[in-house]
Amino acid sequence: MNLFDDVIIDIQKLSFSRGERPIYSDVDIKIPRGKITAIMGPSGTGKTTLLRLIGGQLRPESGSILIDDQNVPELSRGDLFKIRERMGMLFQSGALFTDMSVFENVAFPLRVHTDLPEDMIRDIVLMKLQAVGLRGANTLMPSELSGGMARRVALARAISLDPDIVMYDEPFTGQDPIAMGVLVNLIRHLNQSLGHTSIIVSHDIQETLGIADYIYLIADASVIAHGTPEELKQVDSPQVRQFMHGLPDGPVPFHFPAGDYSDDLLQGGL
Amino acid sequence: MDRLALLGRAGLDKLAAFGRSSMILFQSLIAKPQPVMMFPLLIQQIYFVGVLSLVIIVVSGLFIGMVLGLQGYTILVDYGSEQAVGQMVALSLVRELAPVVTALLFAGRAGSALTAEIGLMKATEQLSSLEMIGVDPLRRIIAPRFWAGFICLPILAAIFAIVGIYGGAIVSIDWLGIYDGSFWANMQNSVDFGEDVVNGLIKAIVFGFVVTWIAVFQGYDCIPTSEGISQATTKTVVYSSLAVLSLDFILTAVMFGEL
Amino acid sequence: MRMRILEISVGAFILAGILALIGLALNVSGLSMSNAGDTYTVYARFENIGGLTPRSKVTMSGVTIGKVTNIDLDTDQLVARVTMEINGDVDFLSIDSSASILTAGLLGEKYIGISVGAEEEYLGSGDYIEDTQSALVLEDLVGKFLFNEVSE
Repeated sequence: MNLFDDVIIDIQKLSFSRGERPIYSDVDIKIPRGKITAIMGPSGTGKTTLLRLIGGQLRPESGSILIDDQNVPELSRGDLFKIRERMGMLFQSGALFTDMSVFENVAFPLRVHTDLPEDMIRDIVLMKLQAVGLRGANTLMPSELSGGMARRVALARAISLDPDIVMYDEPFTGQDPIAMGVLVNLIRHLNQSLGHTSIIVSHDIQETLGIADYIYLIADASVIAHGTPEELKQVDSPQVRQFMHGLPDGPVPFHFPAGDYSDDLLQGGL
Repeated sequence: MDRLALLGRAGLDKLAAFGRSSMILFQSLIAKPQPVMMFPLLIQQIYFVGVLSLVIIVVSGLFIGMVLGLQGYTILVDYGSEQAVGQMVALSLVRELAPVVTALLFAGRAGSALTAEIGLMKATEQLSSLEMIGVDPLRRIIAPRFWAGFICLPILAAIFAIVGIYGGAIVSIDWLGIYDGSFWANMQNSVDFGEDVVNGLIKAIVFGFVVTWIAVFQGYDCIPTSEGISQATTKTVVYSSLAVLSLDFILTAVMFGEL
Repeated sequence: MRMRILEISVGAFILAGILALIGLALNVSGLSMSNAGDTYTVYARFENIGGLTPRSKVTMSGVTIGKVTNIDLDTDQLVARVTMEINGDVDFLSIDSSASILTAGLLGEKYIGISVGAEEEYLGSGDYIEDTQSALVLEDLVGKFLFNEVSE
């Protein structure tokens, strides 16, 4: 069975830069439907930018992002909002609306996009909260939640409309080991039971390797390696090895580019 | 040469910012308003922007009116025309002080809060999150706040003026012993509804528009870090104060001057 | 419940704003509802208007019955022409009424005083008051006084 028989997102020749600095140049990425795809790479390589490009919040300089043959950068404002109804995004900080309770946060996308009666919305919200294990917290305000709980509520909100694509922006960063384990299980479990496509952006190697079906490794504005977790472990390239094993020095240097060390020191003494 | 280039770049930056703010204004207000969805949000924002500013407005209005009464009396009594103190208090409040001072207080109390709130929403990715849910943050977050500021400032200015006039009346009539009949009669003879009250309200409406525009834009356009938010909040207060004072001169020249 | 308190306070706030506006209109600017809008226009020519300005009041026996709306120069007769708006319910000014510019106190504001004549016909909109008396100008008065002293 080939993973890429059924592709939901097809990114072709994508280029994007921020000021002078290129973030992506001519990148091709295919995301298989119904699987968990991870985008990995060191910090500052613009992984989050990729999610924003897919969501249409940023426009690339060139290239196309096809979601089921609809090219996101060329969509009109109205079509863009329509296609976003098919996406759920879990932001790094959770991004819960601070002026609403947990229940209202999860109900928000339903209220905006559907005309469901109130008792039905209530049922759906409680089901989604049950799925992330926080049904009991539905009356709390976001400020009363811990970081891990806030992220789970945000996850419940992201899946409240049963989207086709769920994007996770650094879901594991800054979590204690228990919360991290809970999230890893949730992502895998939800992906299997709801059948949506998951895209995870992360630099937490072990957790991501554990759940991803396919991995893209990004560095220096391009994809340096891709494959299943097993394939990636076998890759010999020093850059990939450095990242996969978390070595402190290698092709990605420990030192920020600087002049000669001894010269610098001597100059200061004069 | 470098300085000149720097000046040019600063000018271009300002121009670009003005362009962005106009876009925000257009998209949040003019393009497809949704009054039904917005109404509860608007009520909420009028509460935050207007009702919560009421205390500071009433207290400052009262004191400014009392000070005007006292000062007016001590000046006018030298010319034997202390009866005109009512006219002086009312005219200066209705034409100038009510709209201007209200707008300045409003920028400090509500404008800065608006900027900080929107900036924080941006920093915590709530605005992006709205966009990804498929809701335009300009319409959901910006538009109701904008309308609320626009509605509240004239109301606050009217309350400021009336409280100030009664503050002046308390001082002049009860403390300084001016005959209350002549106090009110002089005032009513000299204050014209169309010329003075309506013009004062027009000023307040213009200031409400400008101050909320600046506040909302600074919040929406700020750098999403704690430093950026604090800078944006300062900018809101500084820019709106400058805008209010300079616009006040222009409006006064158009309304009351013989231009 | 929280929303309810919110709505009530916002309602009270807007009500307070409207009340303040009504206060400004009635109490401060002395706008009265009864005859607002219902006025007619009368003109008068004066040799010298002294310090009369638009918005000065027009009185009859000390009662305010209208206001001056405009002052311009009559280019035919080369005198000042004053436009007055008289309240609609004061419709009994005879055509031989006289208008004079008076001063409230020694240094007070100028206003127009109208005294009614004996004719049966009344002034209508656009009519002129023919019998007018210009403002007393202090310098003229002093001059006249000196002239009289010398001529005696």
